[in-house]
Amino acid sequence: MSNEMISSTADTNILPVSESGEIVFERVSKSFTTNTNPAVDQVSVKIPAGDLVVLLGPSGCGKTTLLKMVNRLYEPDSGKIWMGGKEIHTLPVNELRRQIGYVIQQVGLFPHMTIQKNISIVPHLLGWEEKQIIDRLEMLMQLIGLPVSYLPRYPRQLSGGEQQRVGLARALAADPEILLMDEPFAAVDAINRERLQSELIDLHGKLNKTILFVTHDVEEAFRLATKIIVMRAGKLVQYGTPLELVTQPENEFIEDLLGSSNILRKLSLVNVNSILKARKNQSIFTGGSQPVERPGTVLHPEDDLRSVVSLLLCSGRDSLPVKDSENHLLGTVGYSDLREMLISNLPSE
Amino acid sequence: MNYLVNNFDVVAKLFLQHLQLTLAVIFFSLLIGIPLGLLLARVRWLRGPVMSVLGIIYTIPSLSFFVLLIPLFGLGTRPAIIALTAYAQLLLIRNWLVGLTTIEPAVLEAARGMGLNGWQRFWQIEFPLALPMLLAGIRLVALSSIGIGTIAAFINAGGLGVLLFQGVITANYDKIFTGALAVTVLSFAANYFIRYLEQRAEFRIYGKRI
Ligand SMILES: Nc1ncnc2c1ncn2[C@@H]1O[C@H](COP(=O)(O)OP(=O)(O)OP(=O)(O)O)[C@@H](O)[C@H]1O
Ligand SMILES: [Mg+2]
Repeated sequence: MSNEMISSTADTNILPVSESGEIVFERVSKSFTTNTNPAVDQVSVKIPAGDLVVLLGPSGCGKTTLLKMVNRLYEPDSGKIWMGGKEIHTLPVNELRRQIGYVIQQVGLFPHMTIQKNISIVPHLLGWEEKQIIDRLEMLMQLIGLPVSYLPRYPRQLSGGEQQRVGLARALAADPEILLMDEPFAAVDAINRERLQSELIDLHGKLNKTILFVTHDVEEAFRLATKIIVMRAGKLVQYGTPLELVTQPENEFIEDLLGSSNILRKLSLVNVNSILKARKNQSIFTGGSQPVERPGTVLHPEDDLRSVVSLLLCSGRDSLPVKDSENHLLGTVGYSDLREMLISNLPSE
Repeated sequence: MNYLVNNFDVVAKLFLQHLQLTLAVIFFSLLIGIPLGLLLARVRWLRGPVMSVLGIIYTIPSLSFFVLLIPLFGLGTRPAIIALTAYAQLLLIRNWLVGLTTIEPAVLEAARGMGLNGWQRFWQIEFPLALPMLLAGIRLVALSSIGIGTIAAFINAGGLGVLLFQGVITANYDKIFTGALAVTVLSFAANYFIRYLEQRAEFRIYGKRI
């Protein structure tokens, strides 16, 4: 419901850059004159519309460079980038940017403008009507969980976490198909970061935007991602779901990065939802026996497998039901799933 | 004080002349300084050479500068405005440049990433954020022009300097005192008025200062 509400406001005003928010990189390379090695080296990758894809890798591996080529803050030396079937260089640059949300670590709110003005800047540029902008503002404030009374405030009157929420609202203001986020939560304290992360997961579920999210924090990547792109020295090393990365790491670099030689660490990176999804897609995991319906321990999709182990041990059962926040039964997860997951190279069997 | 009471209209006329001269200098300084400062903010390597030239101009003694311009522009307000505008560039551009280059890079990156074009970025972001520094520069220009402008009376540019020069020649201390008093009043008024504008511009960006 909220999904329709959100996109309908913009339909009449935006010439859609793309029918879908799919992003395709085709052998994209970029070097800086100051460096001999390319910052991004022949990256080809397809990001499906509506996914939350995380770019993960050590500092300096080219994540930011790759991201900034999507909204043309950097121009590739070679290769092509497609957005929903259109090469991005066929569009006027500012028109392109107005249809891509952009969130950065330092937020970059305009200090001399109120929150209201900050958020409504792109809708104004696109010539929205005042009434439409006001409605949109209210909806966005609700979405990011800030009271409407904040609208006349200035950025300096907000906490760091609140500022980053406003940054997100500003990026979403004109209802873009695509959201680019460059370490947006890195400067926020740990407690707020976790809250912002779950809010982003929520929001992604509701809005169905394509999100390209940069981080060098492995936990963050695994919490958020539907798929992860691991980069190293400008090259794409592996592209897959969190479960695939843990169960079938391409090479030692990935294993080291994830620390996945440690079983508990491995379990802590994957959540219940990944198991359910993998079972649905590939029917690898058979799942446990149907549980007897009686009050007791229940799993949630966002629980990581490490806590599942402890819950299983505590409950003394072989499997536990998974329920979403509305208490619908999504399936069951048990020891057999964990055992299967820990045996590598599953699909080749 | 007798001189001021008996010749109030003369003093008022010279006061207005002096104000006009100062406003003209501010106007022409901004006309040159704003675009030049913008250019220096964008083209880093130009900063050193241009600022050195402006620094050298600033060190020319004012009386000789005025006199040097007479063969080119004759006597009167024109050489005075030209010389004072040339002096003003150093004060104005230095401040304006600081204002432009100390804007947080993340703010400019966000503006670019959101799709504001160059013109929109300037008017909506850069100009308001650099405005307090620009006003500080204008204040310095006003004060120095009011001060050095007294010497311009020597080349027939009028203004309150007339009282000072005539007073010195005729040894009329009352006249000198009146001239000095009027210049001081003008300086203080200019300083407080522009400082007030500066604080308003600052307030929008930084909020209340303790
Ligand atoms: N504007 C630039 N000018 C010159 N070199 C640059 C520029 N931006 C990035 N580089 C170089 O390109 C390489 C990749 O940088 P990039 O910012 O993409 O890394 P990153 O993966 O985002 O790192 P981090 O996690 O530290 O943000 C680095 O070697 C960096 O020094
Ligand atoms: Mg980066």
